[in-house]
Amino acid sequence: MDGNLNMIGYGLAAIGPGIGIGLIFAAYISGVARQPEAQGRLQSIAILGFALAEALAIIGIALAFVL
Amino acid sequence: MSRLITEDPFVPPGPGDFNLPPIGGDFGTFHLFGQEWVLGVTKPMLQVVLAGILVFAVFYLASRKRAMVPGKFQYIGEQGYGFVRNSLGRDIIGSHDFQRFVPYLFALFFFVLFNNFMASIPFLQFPTFSRSGMVYSLAIMSWVVYNLVGIRKHGFAGYFKLQSVPSGVGGPILLLLIPLEFMSNILVRPVTLALRLFANMFAGHLLLILFALGGEYILVHQPIGYAPVGILAWLMFIAVAILEVLIQFLQAYVFVLLNAMYIQGALADEH
Repeated sequence: MDGNLNMIGYGLAAIGPGIGIGLIFAAYISGVARQPEAQGRLQSIAILGFALAEALAIIGIALAFVL
Repeated sequence: MSRLITEDPFVPPGPGDFNLPPIGGDFGTFHLFGQEWVLGVTKPMLQVVLAGILVFAVFYLASRKRAMVPGKFQYIGEQGYGFVRNSLGRDIIGSHDFQRFVPYLFALFFFVLFNNFMASIPFLQFPTFSRSGMVYSLAIMSWVVYNLVGIRKHGFAGYFKLQSVPSGVGGPILLLLIPLEFMSNILVRPVTLALRLFANMFAGHLLLILFALGGEYILVHQPIGYAPVGILAWLMFIAVAILEVLIQFLQAYVFVLLNAMYIQGALADEH
């Protein structure tokens, strides 16, 4: 069986952003549940946080292919 | 009986599957930057042009009549325009000067969206932005836009001060913060902007190839007892394909949202 250790490393590295994105959307959902009229404002903040947390996973996938 | 047949090993899909051959053959090769470049027209090149034409055609036709009571087509066009104008333009950039950026954000959103949807349209089925070069050019464009907007508003020195000196911080910690802020606001932003879209489209398409090829391999090249696993893989293929449509929309939205946020950050007054 052949493969690349980089991919296992990337799998491990993706755990962090995965948990982070889960926390962000959990907070977003409970925020909207408490105050539905704030959805518009919360949405862009949640998507921004999601994009920032995802950036870590993206740097990971780039390094997994480059290294 | 239930032994895996090993003479015909499974070849997993990889980044090489995205190197489509030029349509109608190539016109030769040349060397540049230590790489071999192929002259020719490939499928993503045609798709990127097609997406541009489609965006123009759809919204030209939708806005041609401009009836007081909109028909179905005009209604869809107005909804799409209103979505970008309100949720991406007005809410992010602010009601003072979002108007002049709406055409840019609107064209960018639907251009990216149409290109992403091409991954799911039968017979095309290739995401244009899974070729990183396509995304780099978009990211360079948005980098130039938000930096120019900021330099125009604050002047050259003022703009770099705004982007690299965090407000409300003083003392020796600035020695550490200024290079960091400069890196993250000027240098790293276009890279993450480009790689986010590219990596999502690339990984999604790779996942689809993996489920399709893996299911086919188990069904065709393995003993019949393994067939349920192959069918399961194809069911997963369908589920992932539906998830991909959601991701394609979300990534187009995030790409334009971040563009709007960078423009807003470049326009912001110091406080």
